[in-house]
Amino acid sequence: MTDNHSTTHGAVLADEAPADGAPIVELRSTGKSYGNIRALHGVDLKVYPHQVTCVLGDNGAGKSTLIKIISGLHQHTEGDFLVDGTPVRFSTPREALDKGIATVYQDLATVPLMPVWRNFFLGSEMTKGPWPVRRLDIQKMKETADRELRNMGIILDDLDQPIGTLSGGQRQCVAIARAVYFGARVLILDEPTAALGVKQSGVVLKYIAAARERGLGVIFITHNPHHAYMVGDHFSVLRLGTLELSAERADITLEELTNHMAGGAELAALKHELSQVRGVDTEELPEEEDLTAPVATGPEGKS
Amino acid sequence: MSQETQPAVATPPAPGPKEKDGRTAQRPLVLRVLARPDVGVFLGAVAVYVFFLISAPPVREASAMANILYQSSTIGIMALPVALLMIGGEFDLSAGVAVITSALTAAMLSYQLTMNVWVGVVAALVVSLGIGFLNGWLVVRTGLPSFLITLGSFLILQGVNLAVTKLVTGNVATDDISNMDGFDQAKALFASSFDIGGVQVKITIFWWLFFAAIATWVLLRTKYGNWVFAVGGNKDSARAVGVPVNFTKISLFMLVGFGAWFIGMHQLFSFNTVQSGEGVGQELIYISAAVIGGCLLTGGAGSAIGPVFGAFMFGMVQQGIVYAGWNPDWFKAFLGVMLLGAVMINLWVQRTATRR
Repeated sequence: MTDNHSTTHGAVLADEAPADGAPIVELRSTGKSYGNIRALHGVDLKVYPHQVTCVLGDNGAGKSTLIKIISGLHQHTEGDFLVDGTPVRFSTPREALDKGIATVYQDLATVPLMPVWRNFFLGSEMTKGPWPVRRLDIQKMKETADRELRNMGIILDDLDQPIGTLSGGQRQCVAIARAVYFGARVLILDEPTAALGVKQSGVVLKYIAAARERGLGVIFITHNPHHAYMVGDHFSVLRLGTLELSAERADITLEELTNHMAGGAELAALKHELSQVRGVDTEELPEEEDLTAPVATGPEGKS
Repeated sequence: MSQETQPAVATPPAPGPKEKDGRTAQRPLVLRVLARPDVGVFLGAVAVYVFFLISAPPVREASAMANILYQSSTIGIMALPVALLMIGGEFDLSAGVAVITSALTAAMLSYQLTMNVWVGVVAALVVSLGIGFLNGWLVVRTGLPSFLITLGSFLILQGVNLAVTKLVTGNVATDDISNMDGFDQAKALFASSFDIGGVQVKITIFWWLFFAAIATWVLLRTKYGNWVFAVGGNKDSARAVGVPVNFTKISLFMLVGFGAWFIGMHQLFSFNTVQSGEGVGQELIYISAAVIGGCLLTGGAGSAIGPVFGAFMFGMVQQGIVYAGWNPDWFKAFLGVMLLGAVMINLWVQRTATRR
């Protein structure tokens, strides 16, 4: 794909050069079908540097499909996917990495039995020496890993310990530190706090904020609106494979976000049904009007 | 969980003096050494050696040792790539018959076309690497367990070996190639022996140790070695961080092909002829040697030096039984007991030593 292609999309691109203020990653009504199953459709998303874009959604809402497209594991089948204003189609995660899009997966993409430093550099090992005897520069890798981890505030005595012996939060931080070190411009975090305790979640959120301070665009996937609201600048809620809500932080409250996450408009409809059933007190449930947040993709009229 | 067990979160920057996180108390050296899988197999090999030293007096002679090492090397040269493949998370059940396929290719091609044996040797290498490539390619393309894929290729090769040999030579064995052009050169490379201090030492022993040294270096000191551990430990993670998983797996299968070629050539040039029905069951010996050598059956852990000791144990038992004057039929039974024993001792040692 060359730059010429981007011009065919006219209208949009005043910003050829990826300057601050232009989105690094942009999705335009992107979708993905697996055979006859439409996992995702009509999703618009923009990721800017210095911003945390939160993608929320229940199980099966299409969050995983969305990040798989951006990280290069899968390819979109509808719409456009642009990086720095240029349409792209990654066939391997390597290509996404080369564009500066790094993903920290739910399973952290670590190999549990391998030492911390080997995991840190896995896939991008430092080497020295000419070809037949080109070998790993072990000392340099260990020093760099140690320095980078300390910069992120993670202190480990023994970088030779298998990464599987670290706690979930520590592994998460190693994975983030790794992505930051390898020059990621966009960091995708797939439910980083899902399996963590309260305190460890706090640690991870702190690193998300730290990554934003360093100028990265962060895509934070979660199903916890509280965590999202703590660090997010923009919120997108996915529901049944499409965007239900897309709002700036200024335009939405935690309560609205939570309600949207919990089912939003559908819950209001459910409330009507429940009111027919004896013994359910529907007075306390929110009204539909309370749930309608600005900038929703489409009218959610249901009554 | 007190403060200590939380990740030590200092306020980010300022990489000050080296702090300790205060959680990893250094375990005693003995336990740390024992926790290494290759140390367990080393102790096992020593135990078997001492056992035969006592029960079979002829073993004490240097010539017997050369013989034992020779036996070990023929297992060991194949056990190495099989072990690397296992660390990479896959099996190759066709490794045993692939050795014979390679030898048959070289023997029949050069004899039937009356060409220099080197033509056959090179063709056999191509065939062996091709079989390895096909195994690997099928495994990565279909995502099926390599156990099934290579069980299939094992059966195919076993049948093809017999059928083609009968078709071409009208016999179950190939014709003697010892008086053909280039035979002596090839024999010098694959099957010669040296005189060291009055003892005949086979060249395969040196090849074995040479390959083991290279394998160890590659595994621990190169990018490729890092990838081998990674694709065996967690294929999806490896792929996600940019490791070429398919390349690594296919090349490992091809490495087994290379090993099969080398041992095939050794057999051909030491016996001048090949029996087409051989090789069945050898694959399990190679796999056992790798497992005894501390390679994790599920991939992701192991070493290249462990299988060296594993193969030594097998060679020791095979020859030791003969020197002790026992019925060689007991060999397989002995192997089985050793495999179980070694695996259980390894497990026990690792559990004890890695306990925190």
